[in-house]
Amino acid sequence: MIYRSLEWFGDLGTFSWKVIRATVTKPFELGEIIRQFDETGSKSLPLVALAGAAVGTVLALESRSSLEHFGAKSMLPAAILYSIIHEMGPVVTGLVVSGRVGAGIGAELGSMKVTEQIDAIEASAVNPYKLLVVTRILACIVVLPLLTLVADFCGVLAGWLAETLANPISLYHFLDKGLTGVHFSDFLAPTFRTSVFGLIIGLVSSFQGMRTTGGTEGVGYSATSSVVLSSLFVILADVILVKLILIFFP
Amino acid sequence: MKHSIAEANLNINQKVNISGEPVLVLRDVHKSFGAQHVLDGINLTVVHGETLAVLGRSGSGKSVLLKLIIALENVDSGSICIHGQEITGLQLDDMNRLRSKMGFLFQHAALYDSLTVEQNVAFPLVRHTKMSKSERDDRVHELLSSVGMEHDLKKMPSNISGGMQKRVGLARALALQPEILLLDEPTAGLDPITSGEIDDLVLKLQKQHNLTSIVVTHDLQSARTIANRLALLNVGKVAIEGSFEELAESDDDFVWEFFKRDS
Repeated sequence: MIYRSLEWFGDLGTFSWKVIRATVTKPFELGEIIRQFDETGSKSLPLVALAGAAVGTVLALESRSSLEHFGAKSMLPAAILYSIIHEMGPVVTGLVVSGRVGAGIGAELGSMKVTEQIDAIEASAVNPYKLLVVTRILACIVVLPLLTLVADFCGVLAGWLAETLANPISLYHFLDKGLTGVHFSDFLAPTFRTSVFGLIIGLVSSFQGMRTTGGTEGVGYSATSSVVLSSLFVILADVILVKLILIFFP
Repeated sequence: MKHSIAEANLNINQKVNISGEPVLVLRDVHKSFGAQHVLDGINLTVVHGETLAVLGRSGSGKSVLLKLIIALENVDSGSICIHGQEITGLQLDDMNRLRSKMGFLFQHAALYDSLTVEQNVAFPLVRHTKMSKSERDDRVHELLSSVGMEHDLKKMPSNISGGMQKRVGLARALALQPEILLLDEPTAGLDPITSGEIDDLVLKLQKQHNLTSIVVTHDLQSARTIANRLALLNVGKVAIEGSFEELAESDDDFVWEFFKRDS
């Protein structure tokens, strides 16, 4: 088990080196990167928006009774906004994208691997790392913060809706109360840490896909392991990044 | 099929323009996967315009040999020279320059399943040429016409038969006008009539483009039709090489067994 884990990390290191080399050399495959923005971003948008809205609603419903109990009902907008922007929005987006996009990358590259399509690309004198891997990783890195903004927006809006049904309040007052004492840095660092989640999802899923063996069973394994591993590393990275953000943006 | 057999019986040097210049030289090539020694000291030379058919039992390393030549796999030891240039340890950019002079037809065609037939053939042209779209379209149409697939431009690979996929794969392999053509089981899994058509097509294209080719096959009839010379692999080595007739007359047990089984 330990040996296999070390071997996995060693292979991931070699894979990452090939990816770095492919990233910094021409050509830059702009057309394929834009196509991947659509695959990763546009097509994840409805799911991320829905997940963000669900989190906002649940936060409003759950927090209300607790805050009422402690006589801090007026803090509800701040609690919702702070929770969503700092933690729930980024993490939910990371996990939703690792499920949808990670599985997609693992299965697509895995399928291409076992049907020799990746060999065919290489035999055509095209670097498959540049065409297939770098484009997907870059798309994940750029798209994750944008999707996080969507999740945050939908979460806050749904939180306000849930709150206003119980205790009517205008959106302006809800935001005004919620954003009191909030600085731009409170918003910036948590949102952009999802770029690291994007790097993890793109890298781990591509790695699992590119090392697929064993036909359809292998493709299934790659898809599943892409989701499991990228979700696991997103959660671990979140813990580390939250600590770093607290150190550098106290 | 009768046409193919008749063609095969012609003097082999009339088929293509064979010169003595070696294009591909393999010296003492070894390749293992874990404990399994697949190739154990392969020596082969292919001269300009020649078609070499590599035969052997399943798992004898025939396809691995092709993948070593185009550097999809790395040799453990030994040397592979293409046009006098050693490819082992070559930098990726240099290897890609060599690869662009080679065409590879995969055993299952390996067409890009998210692209249409037309886009599959255009793929190497988009990547390696500065052709305008209309020039590229003309070239794709010309290539697909040469393999009889000009009416299926917009179809997806999943919507065409195995034989048609092989034809498209062949068109894609020829897109950059390669000097060397590597064919991995071009007739595997096809019915005898389609196999004969593919053989005729390969022969026609070899003549048209004066290609140097290596064909990996189980199909003795196909090898007889399209190759000038045959090499039979056994336990990781070249057991025998020569013309079809020379191999057929060999008294080596393995060769005899191989040919008897087919006949």
